[in-house]
Amino acid sequence: MIDLLPPAFIFIFGALLVPLLPGKIKSVYMLMLPVLSFFYLVNMMPDSSWQLDFLGFDLMPFKVDRLSLLFAYIYHLISLIGIIYTLNLKNDLEKVSSLVYAGSALGVVFAGDLFSFFVFWEMLTVSALALIWARRTKGSQAAGFRYLMVHVFGGLVLLAGIIMYINEQQSIALGYIGLSNPATYLIFFGMGINAAWPFVHTWLTDSYPEATIGGAVFLSAFTTKTAVYALARAFPGTEMLIWIGATMTVFPIFFAVIENDLRRVLSYSLINQVGFMMVGIGIGTELAINGTAAHAFAHILYKSLLFMSMGAVIFRTDKIKATDLGGLYKSMPWTAFFCIIGALSILAFPLTSGFVSKTMVIDAAAHGHLAIVWLVLLFASASAFLPDIKVPFFAFFSRDGGHRVNEAPLNMLLAMGAASFLCIFIGVYPQLLYAILPYPVDFTPYTFSHVIGKLQLLIFAALAFTLLLQAGIYPAEIRAINLDSDLLYRKGGRWFYLLADKLFNGLNQVAELVFIKGITGTVARFGQNGPAHLANLVMTPVWFLTLDQEQRRKEKTHLYRNFSSGTMGLAVMAVFVSLFLGLIFVFSF
Amino acid sequence: MADEKKHIFDNPKNIQRVLSGLFGSLLLLLALEPFVDKHPYFPWEEWPGFYAIFGFAACVLLVLAAKYILRPLVKRDEDYYDD
Repeated sequence: MIDLLPPAFIFIFGALLVPLLPGKIKSVYMLMLPVLSFFYLVNMMPDSSWQLDFLGFDLMPFKVDRLSLLFAYIYHLISLIGIIYTLNLKNDLEKVSSLVYAGSALGVVFAGDLFSFFVFWEMLTVSALALIWARRTKGSQAAGFRYLMVHVFGGLVLLAGIIMYINEQQSIALGYIGLSNPATYLIFFGMGINAAWPFVHTWLTDSYPEATIGGAVFLSAFTTKTAVYALARAFPGTEMLIWIGATMTVFPIFFAVIENDLRRVLSYSLINQVGFMMVGIGIGTELAINGTAAHAFAHILYKSLLFMSMGAVIFRTDKIKATDLGGLYKSMPWTAFFCIIGALSILAFPLTSGFVSKTMVIDAAAHGHLAIVWLVLLFASASAFLPDIKVPFFAFFSRDGGHRVNEAPLNMLLAMGAASFLCIFIGVYPQLLYAILPYPVDFTPYTFSHVIGKLQLLIFAALAFTLLLQAGIYPAEIRAINLDSDLLYRKGGRWFYLLADKLFNGLNQVAELVFIKGITGTVARFGQNGPAHLANLVMTPVWFLTLDQEQRRKEKTHLYRNFSSGTMGLAVMAVFVSLFLGLIFVFSF
Repeated sequence: MADEKKHIFDNPKNIQRVLSGLFGSLLLLLALEPFVDKHPYFPWEEWPGFYAIFGFAACVLLVLAAKYILRPLVKRDEDYYDD
């Protein structure tokens, strides 16, 4: 038996067999893959690595440390849960891509050099794309293309940065990079696009709600968290990340509150969560990096739990808009229950996983005496109550949407149940999570003041929600979409076309008016009538002296006719020729 | 759907119970606060009811801004991008 097999290897090559296997065997095989890989994983020692020489570079496609191990653990866990969740869905493209996708993310977190890092990073984009397109709707197709466009752009920025960086460093090792020169800024920004930074976040809110039921569960776990990992590896302590992260925690909440598509609400709240991780990386202390890692771990569980519950709702009702749903707790009580657990965890209620991780990040801001950041994070934690509670509330309670459907299939319930259990388990027993964090943990989440403060914050937010709802001030759910910065590339092309149309066709019209209809005609008419006018001009005084009015008119028409028929030209030429001959005759003497 | 079985929130009393639970816990939390051994990082954490007021105000502010500022700016018909 081989004692070291990289998880990415098992997932990606394992995925290729999936389409060949029949029904039940396929399910068992798929469940076995993450378990087998996990078996290798738990036996891995930090600081072990694979090294090979490739075209004169030291490739290190596999390198283990505590940070990568933590992400690998949660990636295995969520892959297994995601596979259980999608067992009843018969779509091989989706099954293969989700394994390749998870494998690519595992490849990124274990990449020890920039080259392998970039290869897995791009595989992540391509396999994610398949999870969007596998929905096979017009909307998913279009969103997939936009996803591809943004990520290809991000990938190119990253690649440009990596090439410049390697050129400067004369080494392809991946480690701390830090912001210093254009190369590092390019890498920073390239990673940031995958982390859904403000203004480049719309690929996420645009495409995740269009992905397949299971696809969205996988998508919500891997791409952004892999970017979190990459930034934590290469740019810890970069102050700019604090401000980027703080912005990310706040602005999506406003969009989420007025959004009708519940999976899009979850996507906006995902950005809010990643914002906390960005702040943690930006602060960069041991507590903050621990907080970021813990939050990524906890977040993957409850965010995919929420996406699973909404996926189950789509699976049963075919609807996902708040305006179409409501009252589903009657038909899908277990799904409703699991969704509420997910919502409580994302809100960081005490005894849930969100509490033990989010508190670390917020405390890290306090430790650094970052008063403004701390207040922003507190605002984000409190006001996120509204969009996060909105998902279970409008889907399962609120006004009855009249759907009488079956409870979610057993495998989906099992997956949601497992995720819910872990959310609570980590919340009750955080030492387990703290034991695998990158740095030694000296942090107690359950102090009396932490708990009371957090509960006051959340329960009074709940009060605000209740009062606003009863007063009719809470924004009503309406069938509408909301513009975001993707407007720029979704309508921008059309605007550019319109502008170009008006500008260039306008120019064309003016040119036609001036040159074709105007000047050309004038020149042509001048060429045609000019000599006649000239002759007329010369002859008129002569005629005026010698002829009466009737004869003058006759002579004039005659003159014009002669010019237009060309005979006058001959006559004039004849005159000149005879003059010339006469002159020669005179001068020859 | 007259023969449909009654569900828990079809009974207004149960909604009342949930709300009473909410209000009860509000009072309990405020009552417990004086006993908290605070070790604040920032001076405002010592103000009585700081977290409660902050949580409430944050949500109200969010709703007002989202409803009266953001929504009028960004709301479009569902087929806005389809034409």
